[in-house]
Amino acid sequence: MDSSLLTQISVLSRRSVVRTLRQPAMVIPSLILPMMLLAVNAGGLTSATELPGFPADTYLDFAFAFPLMQSAMFGATLAGSEFARDIENGFLNRLALTPMSPAALLAGLLSGVIALALIQAAVFLTVGLVIGVDIKSGFLGVPVLVALSVLTSLGFGCLGTILALRTGSGEAVQSFFPLFFVGIFFSSISLPRELLGGGWFEAVATVNPVSYLVEGMRSLVITGWDAQALALGFGFAVALFAAGLFGASISMRTRMERT
Amino acid sequence: MERSYGIEVENLVREFKKGPRAVDGVSLSVSPGEVYGFLGPNGAGKSTIVLMLTTLLPPTSGTARVAGFDIVKEESGVRASIGAALQEAALDPFLTGREHMNLQASLHGLARKERKVRGDELLERVGLSEAAARRVRGYSGGMKRRLDLALALVHRPKILFLDEPTTGLDPQSRSALWDEVAHLAREDGVTVFLTTQYLEEADILADRVGIIDEGRIVAEDTPEALKAEIGRPSIEATPADLGKLDAVSKVLGRFGEAVPASSGSAAVRLEHGDLATVVRALDAESLEMANLQLNSPTLDDVFLEKTGRSLEGSGDGEEGDG
Repeated sequence: MDSSLLTQISVLSRRSVVRTLRQPAMVIPSLILPMMLLAVNAGGLTSATELPGFPADTYLDFAFAFPLMQSAMFGATLAGSEFARDIENGFLNRLALTPMSPAALLAGLLSGVIALALIQAAVFLTVGLVIGVDIKSGFLGVPVLVALSVLTSLGFGCLGTILALRTGSGEAVQSFFPLFFVGIFFSSISLPRELLGGGWFEAVATVNPVSYLVEGMRSLVITGWDAQALALGFGFAVALFAAGLFGASISMRTRMERT
Repeated sequence: MERSYGIEVENLVREFKKGPRAVDGVSLSVSPGEVYGFLGPNGAGKSTIVLMLTTLLPPTSGTARVAGFDIVKEESGVRASIGAALQEAALDPFLTGREHMNLQASLHGLARKERKVRGDELLERVGLSEAAARRVRGYSGGMKRRLDLALALVHRPKILFLDEPTTGLDPQSRSALWDEVAHLAREDGVTVFLTTQYLEEADILADRVGIIDEGRIVAEDTPEALKAEIGRPSIEATPADLGKLDAVSKVLGRFGEAVPASSGSAAVRLEHGDLATVVRALDAESLEMANLQLNSPTLDDVFLEKTGRSLEGSGDGEEGDG
């Protein structure tokens, strides 16, 4: 990698992170809403722990993966709509008229996603530990949980970027947000797959990659070190990120040719 | 080989799907160091041409070379040679003026030390030194335009594209921007391709003017030559008694063809006679005038002559340029 590419990545990453940090109105809801939903779920579904075979001592522990997963969706929407704004207001044209590498632009965008994911993970973990979440994998599990969460955010961030590049509209990107939510809810986010009753919902949750991302994160909280769950979780996260990155690169090339 | 920092356009066409032919066979040539003003109403195709010449939009057909580079086959060469301030000042509201300069300079590959020096120099040049640490969302329209211009100059381009740089600016900001553009052309030898819908702007800044309407160039020359082509002045009369406007129009009609006039007035392009003979004719009919004005030809007269419409106000209410 030559020094000019590194410089480009560095300045574009800095811009992305600075933009994110300077928009508290954008960051704060992505911190508060997942925690509110966690509180509602943990309060309302406590009796689920009495189901035979329920794998956690408290529903709070079980549901702790929810805000991390939801924050990845926020990251995707945010990354997409922010980038779409650049396209809409002509900022991408400005960048396109410089010798900037599209790869540097993509890396810069994803740096903003990482920054937001790290802030979210730090806040959720702090609040979670304060309200009594018991992370069975212990102190060492925390960075692994953060890593899986960031990797998941990057994957969904790429999806948001693809949407922005394809549509060039912030509103269009945001209209996909409910679809992301559907992806979360049709997974094992609320109950373990084996307790979903064996019907169509369980079948959908079984083929839904989100289930494996959730189960990977959740295993660190409620089980400890579950090699299979972690392998599947990281495997799907890496696959999602790789596929997203590939798709975003293609879309970026197409957009830059058009731009 | 010495590279020519001019612009050569030959039969450039741009069609949009399910839309009109936004640019319909435009050919033009801009010499190095020249200020070329592209004048036309909203929707005439000015911005579309700028987007094509800056490689941001591929042409449907035709060819163009900017700084000697083909806009389709050698777009990186074009991009390295030009600076552009497009129709909307595309700035990041969450970054400061100085951060914008640093970002732009870095992407253009300026060394770290040079970035700061060049950034500060340009910010001072456009009068934004004091506002450099403020976020752009707090800037006025004029400040944004000036920052946009400074950003376009970071890498010392030899050709500068300015797409309606003063639209929406107050007279003071407009005048400051004109001074800067004139300075760039006269002192630094930068070739400037400027689009505008303001007659005065084209008249003051441009060495040559291309008048575009519905995607076609309808006239092209120096502002003086274009106006001389019209030759004849117009005369506008405002009767003291508005009820006599028809009578005034009838008298004026003896001296030439009617042209658009302001409300309560009548006007003709003088084909024969002069101001004195018109005054005598009005006096003979006992028509008392509140105002009588002799107007030298303007670029609007040129536009009117070539298209049958007046440029002033012809694009009001429209957005963008297609």
